[in-house]
Amino acid sequence: MNLGMKPSSFTTSSNSWKSTDVVLDQFPVGLRVLVVDDDPTCLRILEKMLRNCLYEVTKCNRAEIALRLLRDNRNGYDVVISDVHMPDMDGFKLLEHIGLEMDLPVIMMSADDGKDVVMKGVTHGACDYLIKPVRMEALKNIWQHVVRKKKHEWKDKEYQQSGGSVEEGERQQQKQPSEDVDYSSSANEGNWKNSKKRKDEEDESEDRDDTSSLKKPRVVWSVELHQQFVTAVNQLGIDKAVPKKILELMNVPGLTRENVASHLQKYRLYLRRLSGVSPHQNGFMGPTDAATFGPISSINGFDLQSLAASGQLPPQSLATIQAATLGGGRGATTSKSSSPIPPLVVDQRNIFSFENHPRQQNIINGGKQVNLLHGIPTNMDSKQLVNLHQSAAQSFTNNLSQSNNSLLAHMVQPHPRTHILNNEINGTHHVSVVHGTAYNNSISNPSTTTVDFSSRSQSTELPVNNSFALVSSNSGMSNLTSKLQEEVNSGTRGGFVPNYDVFNDLSQNQNRGAHDWGGLQSSVGSSNIQQRLGGVSSSVLVRPNGFSSNQKSGPLNSSSLTTDNSLSRIKTEKLPDMGFQNGLYHEQFGQEDLMSALLKQQQEGMGSVENEFGFDGGYHLDNLPV
Amino acid sequence: MEVNQMQRSFLEYATVLFREGFLDGQFSQLQMLQDESNPDFVVEVVSLFFEDSQKLLNDLTTTLDQQNVDFKKIDAHIHQLKGSSSSIGAQRVKNACIAFRNFCDQQNLEGCMRCLQHVKQEYLLVKSKLEALLRLEQQIVAAGGAIPVLSEFS
Repeated sequence: MNLGMKPSSFTTSSNSWKSTDVVLDQFPVGLRVLVVDDDPTCLRILEKMLRNCLYEVTKCNRAEIALRLLRDNRNGYDVVISDVHMPDMDGFKLLEHIGLEMDLPVIMMSADDGKDVVMKGVTHGACDYLIKPVRMEALKNIWQHVVRKKKHEWKDKEYQQSGGSVEEGERQQQKQPSEDVDYSSSANEGNWKNSKKRKDEEDESEDRDDTSSLKKPRVVWSVELHQQFVTAVNQLGIDKAVPKKILELMNVPGLTRENVASHLQKYRLYLRRLSGVSPHQNGFMGPTDAATFGPISSINGFDLQSLAASGQLPPQSLATIQAATLGGGRGATTSKSSSPIPPLVVDQRNIFSFENHPRQQNIINGGKQVNLLHGIPTNMDSKQLVNLHQSAAQSFTNNLSQSNNSLLAHMVQPHPRTHILNNEINGTHHVSVVHGTAYNNSISNPSTTTVDFSSRSQSTELPVNNSFALVSSNSGMSNLTSKLQEEVNSGTRGGFVPNYDVFNDLSQNQNRGAHDWGGLQSSVGSSNIQQRLGGVSSSVLVRPNGFSSNQKSGPLNSSSLTTDNSLSRIKTEKLPDMGFQNGLYHEQFGQEDLMSALLKQQQEGMGSVENEFGFDGGYHLDNLPV
Repeated sequence: MEVNQMQRSFLEYATVLFREGFLDGQFSQLQMLQDESNPDFVVEVVSLFFEDSQKLLNDLTTTLDQQNVDFKKIDAHIHQLKGSSSSIGAQRVKNACIAFRNFCDQQNLEGCMRCLQHVKQEYLLVKSKLEALLRLEQQIVAAGGAIPVLSEFS
C-alpha cells in the first residue's frame, strides 16, 4: 500500500512491504484494513488484533481522515472497519460514502447492539456488524467479506473482459476499465477467479456482444458514462427506460445491453434508496457501484440545496442525499422537466437517519448539487406516490412535492413479487426492508414478500430507511400507508424485476430461519401490519448470537417509538447465525427502526404483533426466490 | 520476592478481580495480544483507557451540570465509555454505563447523576486494581519471569 502521507492522526502498521505477489500467495495475510474509531483505546486494541491476524492495518480516529485516505488511495485498502458513533461523522454516513465512492466492504462496529442500529448497518450496506468488545475471532474472518464482495460482483456484472485487465492487481492504478479496486484487493483470490471467469466470459461475450466484437474490459461506470446513462434514462422516461433503448441513446461504443441492464438495475435501487421510498425488492445498490452514481441529475428546477437552505429540506437529509448520491459532489445535470424525480423522502427522520451535523450544512453549501436521482422507476404508481408524498411531505416544499410526486410515482411501484412489505410487516418485513425489498409492499398489502438483494453483493443497501422514513413521517402517514397499500399492490411498473440474488448472497453468510427479533417492538397500529408482518419471510438480518433479546427486550417505551400506538412486542425468533457478530437488538428501537417505522404507519390498531406475525416457526422464505 | 511467588501473587490477584467482576474475558484477550513485538501492549492500552475515561467522566460531569442538560451528549459520552470499558474488560464500569444509559434514555436527570457517581466509583476502583495488577506484572518481567497467562478467564 502506498500511502503518500502520514498525517499524525493515523498510522500505518507496515510500510509498503507488500508486493502484489506476496499478498497473493498468502491471502488473507496482508489484507489491507482501514480502521476508523474515535475511541483511542478501541482503536489501539483493534490495530493490535488486526496486526496479529497479519493484516496490514491503518488506523485513524476520524471519519474525514479516513475518507481522505480512501480517496487518495483508492486501491489502497481492502476493507474498512468503522465505528458507528463518531463525533465528526456518523459511521453510517461514512459507510455510504465509501459504498458510493469506493465500493469497499465496510464492517460496522459498535458497543451498541440495539436492533435498530444493527438494522441500520444492514440497510446502509454494511457487510457485517461487530459488537464491541471485538474479539480476535471476529476479526480473523473479515477477509471473507472482501472475497465475497468480489465474488458477487463477478457474478452480477456482465463480464466482458479482456485478458489483461483482470490480472492487474495494480494497486497504484486507478481507473482501469475493469474494477481495479476489487481485483487488487483480494488479489490472489481475484486472480484465479479472474482467469476462470475470464475464460468463460470471453467465450460468452463474443457471442452475445451485440455492439462490438471486440473483447471489452469490464465496464467501469465512470462519472461521464453514468451521466450519459442518466441522461438517456431521463430522456426515455423511467417507465420506458429499457436497457436496449438506453444503450442506443447512450451510443457508447463497446457498451452492451447487458452492461446497461445491470447498471440500470442498480441505479433504480439506488434511486429508490435515496428517495427513501419503500425499497424495491432489489434493494439498494449501495456499495456495489459506488462510483457510478456520482453525478445525479438534479431534479428539474429542483435544487435540494436551496431547498435545504430554505429550511424545507432537513439539512441532514440533504446532506445525506448528497452524500449518498454524490459522495463527493460531482456535477449534476439538469434533468428534463418531465422526468420524474425520486422523491426526496425527506422525513423528519431523514432517510438516512443521520443526525444533524453542521458539517452537513457545509456539504450542502459546498456546492454539491442537490441532485436527486431521477427517473428511477419504483414500484409505486404515481398516484400512490403522490398520495404518499402528500401525506408525508410535511417537510417538502411545493416544488419538492411536485417533483416528488412524480418521483414518488416512479419510486414506489409495487412489484407484485416484491410485496414483501406490503403484506407481511412482521419481523420479516424488517428483513425485507433491510434487504431492500419492497418496503412499499409491506405498507400496503400483504403480498408475498420478496426479498430481493439483487445487485447487492452481500451488503445490500436497502432503501429501507428511506422508505420508512417516508412512511413514517409524522404527518398522518397512516392515510399514506393505506393509500400505499392500495397502490403498492397494484403491480409493478416499468417492469422492475426483483432480483433475488442478493438475498441468496445474503443468505450465504446468514442462516435463514427464524430470527430473533428480540423485543422488536413497534407501535403496531393496525392489525394489517401485524398480519403482514407475520407473513413476511425474509432472511433475517441479524443473527441472535448470544442474543437474549427475548428475555431482554424490555418493554418498548412508546416514547421511544414515538408512535401513536402502543407498542406491541413483536415476537422474535431466534435466528441462526446470520453472520453478524452479535446480532441483536434488545433495546428499544428507535424511531429509525424500520420495523417500528413501518408499523407506526400502520396504525390501525394492531394487536399484539406476536400473534400476527407468524414468526412462529421462523420465517418463511416462501417468497424468496432462492 | 522470587519470580514464582510473584507469579502466584499475580494469578491470585487476577483471579479475585475476575471473580469479583472487575475484569472479564476481554482483559485476558488483551493479555494474550501482548507479545515480544509489543511487550507493553497492555500497559499502553490501559493507559489510553485511563486517559480517555478521565476525559469522558469530566465531560459527563460538566454536561450534567448544565442548566439544560443535553442528554444526547450524555448518551454519546456514555456510549463511548461503555465501548472502551468493554474493550478493555472493565466489566463493572461497562455495566454501570449500561445502567446510566437507561436513565439517560428516560432523560431522568437525577438517575443520571446517581449513575455518574456510580460509574466514577467503579472506574476508580478498577483503575486502582489494574494499576496494582500491572505493577505486579512489571515486577515479574523485571525479575525475568514470564507473565502468567489468563486464558482460563477468557
